[in-house]
Amino acid sequence: MTSASTRTLFEKIWRRHLVTAGERGLPATLFVDLHLVHEVTSPQAFTALAERGLTVRRPDLTLATMDHSTPTDPSIDDAKLRVLDPEGSAQLDQLQANCERHGIPLYAMGDERRGIVHVIGPELGATQPGMTVVCGDSHTSTHGAVGALAFGIGTSEVGHVLATQCLLQHRPNTYEVQVDGSLPEGVVAKDIILAVIAKLGIGGGTGHVFEYTGEAIRALDMEGRMTVCNMSIEGGARAGLIAPDEVTFDYLEGRPMAPSGEAWEAALEDWRSLPTDEGATYDRTTTIDGSALEPMVTYGTNPGMAIPIAGAIPEDRTIEPEKRASFLKALEYMALEPGQQLQGKPIDVVFVGSCTNSRYSDLLAAANVLRGRKVADGLRVLVVPGSDAVKRQAERDGLAQVFVDAGAEWREAGCSMCLAMNGDQLAPGQYAVSTSNRNFEGRQGAGGRTFLASPLTAAASAITGRVTDVREVLS
Amino acid sequence: MSARFERFTGTMAPLPIQNVDTDQIIPASYLKVTDRSGLASGLFCRWRYRDGDPEGERNAGFVLNQPQHQNARILLAGDNFGCGSSREHAPWALVGYGFRAVISTSFADIFRSNALKNGLLVVPVTGEVSAALFDAVAADPATRVTIDLESRTLSLPDGGEAAFDVDPFARRCLLDGTDQLGYLLKQAAAIGAFEAEHPSRLDTRSA
Ligand code: SF4
Repeated sequence: MTSASTRTLFEKIWRRHLVTAGERGLPATLFVDLHLVHEVTSPQAFTALAERGLTVRRPDLTLATMDHSTPTDPSIDDAKLRVLDPEGSAQLDQLQANCERHGIPLYAMGDERRGIVHVIGPELGATQPGMTVVCGDSHTSTHGAVGALAFGIGTSEVGHVLATQCLLQHRPNTYEVQVDGSLPEGVVAKDIILAVIAKLGIGGGTGHVFEYTGEAIRALDMEGRMTVCNMSIEGGARAGLIAPDEVTFDYLEGRPMAPSGEAWEAALEDWRSLPTDEGATYDRTTTIDGSALEPMVTYGTNPGMAIPIAGAIPEDRTIEPEKRASFLKALEYMALEPGQQLQGKPIDVVFVGSCTNSRYSDLLAAANVLRGRKVADGLRVLVVPGSDAVKRQAERDGLAQVFVDAGAEWREAGCSMCLAMNGDQLAPGQYAVSTSNRNFEGRQGAGGRTFLASPLTAAASAITGRVTDVREVLS
Repeated sequence: MSARFERFTGTMAPLPIQNVDTDQIIPASYLKVTDRSGLASGLFCRWRYRDGDPEGERNAGFVLNQPQHQNARILLAGDNFGCGSSREHAPWALVGYGFRAVISTSFADIFRSNALKNGLLVVPVTGEVSAALFDAVAADPATRVTIDLESRTLSLPDGGEAAFDVDPFARRCLLDGTDQLGYLLKQAAAIGAFEAEHPSRLDTRSA
């Protein structure tokens, strides 16, 4: 238990946002500082509002973008989309109409602020330390990287927030995930989080909010921290937090929606009071030695089924009996065997993108591996920037050219093959090395098989056409 | 929307798979709807149909295609049911198909919250109870259980009872048929006071 005078980062943010505390089994009413909206999980919420004659309470704290079903093929314009994907196109139209009607700022197709919802929030400086941030999307946990309490909600709750700017919530428990040491060469943020999930299991964080601490976390830049927090939900935790520090403040300063001038100074003073107090305790704690980590890759059909890239898929006898059937089912889907090595496994597609790994530093990492090299014959490599701003910067700095010269496809910003709603998808039976966050059956296209990995591993695998340890390519 | 649940007696469809994610419950290709229609046909469609296509051939081995489980309205699932995406389309699809409840040893947080808002009761049980239920259904697919939300008990085929936990607020809402938005709207004054005391640093219309 934390004593009254010492609090964790989570407790501080939670308490600041209580409209009513909730007692005797009643949930707390939590005020929401930023509500992010996208086309897929919002239409039914707006309908619910309309049915009751309600309006949006705080359009000034709401921000909408189009990302999930938008085309990333630059040759597909509005008119073509209407023909190719009438349903998806109607959903985008509906978002536009809903936002216009309620005065919600929307970054529609063609807007240079548009991008994946979890990329643009921090990029614009809309996501700030100490805030509560929600979105009808489970990867809202990403925004925890700036020290905000950020979590995904369902569509009914999207309606609640639109109408009242509040949510009914029971207080989750806290879980400290401490990652010590410094990461070895070739090991990056994605490998940390894949190792965390492999250790805790995909339900390990259920009912909890992760706070990532330790030297290896502190040493990450903001974009690496976003990668880690992004996949908190893959560990079952609705939110993941990292205490704000100078790295956070340097990142935020000067961004379009960040405070400026005197307001910036006031905000800084406030934000510096947020980190977990000395002596405060968490409901649970785990420690990982970052210096012992290796590049990680998944072999199964959930993100917890991951191994160090040089390792082998577990033997079935090492799996607990009650989990064995699900383990074998996953391997059957993946057409892999217990005990098999993944390294060297031929692949069909490499996807660099998604709200996990589509920011500038992710693309830079991949480009540095690919520079002056060629994509393997017959391999399809898709590079999809997370936002229009990332895309422009990558084009300005020559990264886009590196990808194109190597033989990769350079696309428009969006979710793309992360969830395969927009036509970017695997064919049945194909294998992909993907920098996204979910390797569920069919996630990247019906029958498609996903190996989740870091942008470094993805780029190395793009060169060889096989699952490849980036350390071998770099050495 | 207000949803109700008091008590339900019925047979169970056994899905002894762990970590059933919401992408399996309803794949992304079904998320382009702007209402809640048409989702039932997409429920588990990648498992239910050969090519994942409801127009195509059925997978005879999948539980929802087995004649003995046709009328089951309770899904008996493995651990950590509903993990992954926050899509509320998952409980909409289950409810659309006709399911009234899901029994499992554990549920993902967002799925649990979404389900309860749509009258789909999530019933957490111990590993022991879960195993006994799977055994009972395997022995006799017509095995019936009763889920009583008022008393928070599950009546077991052997005549025993298992208590289950449910968020007391969600329970009240389901028993009364009241909805959570209504409850929040009544707090308008408190919300206004909070807003007055906590001016925002952000204006999303400013960029
Ligand atoms: S990139 Fe993938 S995980 Fe992220 S918001 Fe889009 S669909 Fe969801």
